[in-house]
Amino acid sequence: MTRDEITAGLAEILEEVAGVNPDDVAEGKSFTDDLDVDSLSMVEVVVAAEEKFGVKIPDNEVQNLKTVGDAVSYIEAQS
Amino acid sequence: MSRPDVVVTGLGATTPLGGDVASTWDAMLAGRSGVSALTQEWAAQLPVRIAAQLAVDPSEVLDRVKLRRLDRSQAIALIAAREAWADAGLADGGADPERLAVSVGSGIGGATTLLAQDDILEASGPRRVSPHTVPMLMPNGPAAWVGLELGAKAGVHSVASACATGAEAIALGLDIIRSGRADVVVAGGTEAVIHPLPIAGFASMRAMSTRNDEPEKASRPWDKARDGFVLGEGAGVLVLERAEHAAARGARVYARLAGAGITSDAYDMVQPHAEGEGAIRAIARAVADSDVARTDIVHVNAHATSTPVGDMLEIGALHQAIGDHVLLTATKSMTGHLLGAAGALESIATILAIRDGVVPPTINLEDPDDGLNLDVAAHKARHLEIPAALNNAFGFGGHNVALVFTRP
Repeated sequence: MTRDEITAGLAEILEEVAGVNPDDVAEGKSFTDDLDVDSLSMVEVVVAAEEKFGVKIPDNEVQNLKTVGDAVSYIEAQS
Repeated sequence: MSRPDVVVTGLGATTPLGGDVASTWDAMLAGRSGVSALTQEWAAQLPVRIAAQLAVDPSEVLDRVKLRRLDRSQAIALIAAREAWADAGLADGGADPERLAVSVGSGIGGATTLLAQDDILEASGPRRVSPHTVPMLMPNGPAAWVGLELGAKAGVHSVASACATGAEAIALGLDIIRSGRADVVVAGGTEAVIHPLPIAGFASMRAMSTRNDEPEKASRPWDKARDGFVLGEGAGVLVLERAEHAAARGARVYARLAGAGITSDAYDMVQPHAEGEGAIRAIARAVADSDVARTDIVHVNAHATSTPVGDMLEIGALHQAIGDHVLLTATKSMTGHLLGAAGALESIATILAIRDGVVPPTINLEDPDDGLNLDVAAHKARHLEIPAALNNAFGFGGHNVALVFTRP
């Protein structure tokens, strides 16, 4: 799966869970500061991403995933 | 220092009769029933297959993402509170957040969230349980959401007294303003538990009507053929305001909340006191707490849920505490029983009856109980000049609440 494909998959999840406009989702965007995803929604995003991409994202990793790009890199490395 | 007067300056509701106060009130005056058959698959196995479901689903009002984190009882509390807030003319300011409190209760709380998330836990494991589960099921959730939305910083309260909750939340609002802790209190009740488990539980108590073939005729307070209450869902919210505060901002005033009476039976968990002793004291206290003469109370929106025992006990209590001059109605004949929201919705009906000089009907009263020796606005709305009116609400646990409203 390419980085663009992972980003698009995350955008779908972010729209479903937090109402984020998919057009706003890009690798440089911060989940909290740019996309307004709060801590509880972030938990939902992580669980949905695990399911969608068939990866495990442990809780202690989540705090390192500040931007969409961080998440894409983590998912890319795991899958 | 004299006790501050408290007035009602805003109303909001979403009910089985309508998505707002105006449509609900129109339907009430027309004598429409909000009860219908439950067509959901899960209903087929239940002894009770009727309920009074919301006329307007919250998904038609709130956006999908917001609804992901709101229990249905919270969503409708928010919808009703928004309406009341705008109706009071406060949407563009006028209330100091530090002088604004919330008192919104629920009889059962986020039960449907609890049950739905338990299904997820069983089927998919703990990691799939929503992180919104706890805020969605906690009983203070509806009040907290309303407080968040309106920016209330003088305290957010959530009374729980079963079917007396909505009325007790309003009584608490009165106390808060009288005590000087707030100028404005957004007060009411909410309930949304049309789900097989609560229905099965109430049905097991033999508390619910099983008139499944005639949903619109199932809720029939004081009628000889009544066989239990019909579960309803909805929310009702009032904006209570210190009278001087309302006057200073030129607010439109619907009515005064002149007094409240709260008692407890200390008798039985679910049966009302055999002589209605607690109800009598609650009504008498509400009258004494107000500056209204008993004889000025000419209308009562009764608790009257359509159960064989409770309906007639209330008649006896009214006789004793108020007298035989009152014109009664039981709007639950149309709305079903909204449990924790009932006292709030029926307070709204009481207030609008005072405003419009019209008592909404009690439908389905085809063959009145022999003990019904008070006048009832049966079948059709009836015109009546109402200087003051009473709303009763009683709940499992032995809770009795009576509220006295008057003209402004």
